[in-house]
Order: sequence, then C-alpha cells, then structure tokens
Amino acid sequence: MNWFRFASPASFYPLAGRLAPWFGGGAAGFAAAGLYIGLIAAPTDATQGDAYRIIFVHVATAWMSMFIYLVMAFWCAVSLMFNARLAAMMAQALAPTGALFTALALVTGALWGKPTWGTYWAWDARMTSELILLFLYFGYMALRQAIDEPRRADRASAVLALVGAINVPIIYFSVKWWNTLHQEASVSLTSAPTMAAVMLTGMLLLALAAWFYSIAIALTRVRAIILERERHAGWVGEAALAVRGVR
Amino acid sequence: MTAAAGELGGIPAPGAWRGAAWAVRRDLRLALRSKAELGVQLLFYVIVVTLIPLGVGPDPALLRALGPGVLWVAALLASLLALPRLFATDFADGTLEQMALSPHPLPGLISGKIAAHWLATGLPLVAASPLLGLQFGLGDDELVVLALGLLLGTPTLSLLGAVGAALTLGLRNGALLALLVLPLYVPVLIFGAGAVDAVRTGMGAAAELSLLGAGLLTALVGAPLAAAAAVRIAID
Repeated sequence: MNWFRFASPASFYPLAGRLAPWFGGGAAGFAAAGLYIGLIAAPTDATQGDAYRIIFVHVATAWMSMFIYLVMAFWCAVSLMFNARLAAMMAQALAPTGALFTALALVTGALWGKPTWGTYWAWDARMTSELILLFLYFGYMALRQAIDEPRRADRASAVLALVGAINVPIIYFSVKWWNTLHQEASVSLTSAPTMAAVMLTGMLLLALAAWFYSIAIALTRVRAIILERERHAGWVGEAALAVRGVR
Repeated sequence: MTAAAGELGGIPAPGAWRGAAWAVRRDLRLALRSKAELGVQLLFYVIVVTLIPLGVGPDPALLRALGPGVLWVAALLASLLALPRLFATDFADGTLEQMALSPHPLPGLISGKIAAHWLATGLPLVAASPLLGLQFGLGDDELVVLALGLLLGTPTLSLLGAVGAALTLGLRNGALLALLVLPLYVPVLIFGAGAVDAVRTGMGAAAELSLLGAGLLTALVGAPLAAAAAVRIAID
C-alpha cells in the first residue's frame, strides 16, 4: 500500500472523515474512565484534600500543550521540505487545539495553585514557560491570519513554528534558571509525595483522552480547511453533491 | 575584488563574505544618511528608562533593584522599534528582490544587512546603557557587566528580530511583529538582566555572559538562514 496516496487532500479528506469518529469515541471512553478514577475511585489526598483532583486534568492538558507544538513543528518541517500542502493544513488544524490546551493548562494550574499554594499565579518556571508557549501559539495563528495568500501563509508560519520549536527548550531552561535564582524554593511541584498507582492510572487515561480528542478535532478541522482551500477543485463539488444526496 | 567594489552600487565578485561586506557598507551608508531616525530610536530608549522612576518613585534601593530589568526591557523594546527599517524600504523599492536574484548567497547579504542594522541601532544602546545605569544607582562592576551583556545580547536581538521582520514583510498589521519577536527574546532578557543581578549578589556573571555568548553564536549561524528563507517567501 502506498501511504503517499494520502498526501493528497482529495484522498485524505474521506480517510480523515472515517477516522475522526473512532478517535472521538476513544476520547470519550478514555475521558469517562479517567474521570471516574480521578473524581470517584481515587482517595482523597491526605495533605491537599479534594483540590488535588484538578491535577488529573491539568497534567493531561499541560502535556498536550507542549506535545502539539512539537507535532505542529514536525508538520511544518514536512511542508517546507516536500512542499506538501496537506502537511501545512495539518499544522494549521493543530494550532487552535494546542492553544486551547495551553490556556486550559494555565487555568487549571491557577485553580489548583489557589488552594494549594494560596495564590493563583506564582511565576513558577513551568507556569511562566507555559504562558510564553501560549504567546508562541498566538503568534503562529496571527501570522497565518495576516497573510491572505494561503501558500505564503503556509510557508511563513512554518518558518516561524520551526524557529519557535528550537526556542521552546531554550526558553524553558532559561525560565527555570531565572526561577531558581529568584525564588528560594518556596513552592515546589517536584517534591510532591510519591504518587499512588490509582492516581497514575487516572492521569494516564486522561492524557490518552486528550490525545485522542486532539487527533479527532485536528482531523475534523483539517477536513474543513481542505474544503475551504480546495473549493475550486472538481472533487470538492462532487463531495458536496454526494452529501446532499444528489448524484 | 574590483576597484568599484567599495562604491555604493559597485558589484563585487560573488561570494558570501564579499556579499556580506558589501551589504554592511551599503546599509551603514544609508543609515548614516538618516541620522535623525537613528537618534529618535536612541531617545526612545532613554525616555522609556526615564519614565520608570517617575512611575515607581525615586527610592534608591528600589531603583537599584529594578535597574537591570528596566534597562534590558527598554533595550528589547527599542530593538523591536527599529526592526521594520531593516527590510521594509528595500522590500518596497524592489532592492530585496534584486538581492535574492543576485549571484551572492542571500544569507550572506542578509547577514551583512543585520550587522549594519545592529551597528546603527544596537551599538548606540550599548554605549548609552552605562550612563542610564548610573541613574539607577548601579555600581561600577554592574555597569561593566550591563554593557557587556548588552554587547553580547543586542546582536542576538537583531538576528532573531530579522526573522520576524522578514516574515511580516508587506503585512499591514504592525503590532504582529511584536507578538512574533518578543516571546523569542525571553532567554536574552533573562540572562542579560540576570548577569547584572549576579554581580550585585556577588556570584559573578561568567555563567550568564557565557550563555549570552552561546546564544549569539547559535543565532549567528541559524538566524540569517531562517531570515533568508523568510525573505524568499515574502518576495515570491
């Protein structure tokens, strides 16, 4: 089987349509199981009480926020190297989901910080670099939106995403360095007590749910992008007629 | 090299270094013909720094603590303010397109343009910084490290900013450049301001200055390539 067949938007469009519901269903299943373990099965924490349960969602969103940026940068590299339209469309489809998870990670982190640290915002190394990651997502999306010509938007935003991807680890370590110098270890996430197996299971299930959700949403969004950008192609008209039941 | 190579518009034999040297001379000459514009950029730096004590009050201890961060953030903003002039006029009158078509490698020409841009807009900030640092009550050692840090850091700002300036060529949204470039400036800000803080707390600034130097070397290698790719995308 020749996988490069699916590098063409026309043949990827129906494939994405068939795959998206499966990933969506998987996301719902994993989320239900993970939330059951996180909210009901897992015991109340001895020191943090029930507030710690936010961490089940928080870890999944924080993990996805960084992972999606790397996946996006990967598709951007593919689109630049092979001049592949579909890869650029995938990157475009992933950006809003990545920004959403980054924002959710910040919000859940703040909500967890209030009862635990007594403050919503602590200029913690992780929170700060997560905020800068959100700015990187916004920059990518804003640059895309500012350029009218789709192919130029593809390539310019790809260059930006790659420069950003090289910078993300540098930003993370510089913020970490800055944080350890300025803050005399008043709050520390790393010194948390060792995790119970049931908590780890819940976290992993919710991370899988976030992962499947991202794939399902990206596939659905890329279908919309394909239709929008390929609207002059003959097959799009045929697909539209097929949806309406006109042969 | 031909005799005409030193003249504006003279065409040296193709080559990355010769192209870069030509671009440095050309852009510096153009920059020096608009001294007023350069002066305004430097004044912006001075004024932003001057506004801070007016905002937070004249308490010497507070100003001394804020000084390094204020001077560095102002340098970031002044550097950002100068970025559009790096490519905009050459893009508007077609010079950039001719550069891309010329037999000189484009990253070489771009490197030359960035170098000239830093000499015209970055170096004055470095030179003015000890004077402004005095206003914030910084000691001699701190002033030296502040200037050294800016000397290593501002070229990195120009290099990273060149990528953003090239990506936004011809776009109407002027604030977009700030959104693209400022997050990338974060490590330079942290290590630059951190170097001065380290001197004050008696730790020595060798680590921060080394990291600024490492960042500069990395940007020197990578940024001209990315900026050249972005210029090609913009003129396509």
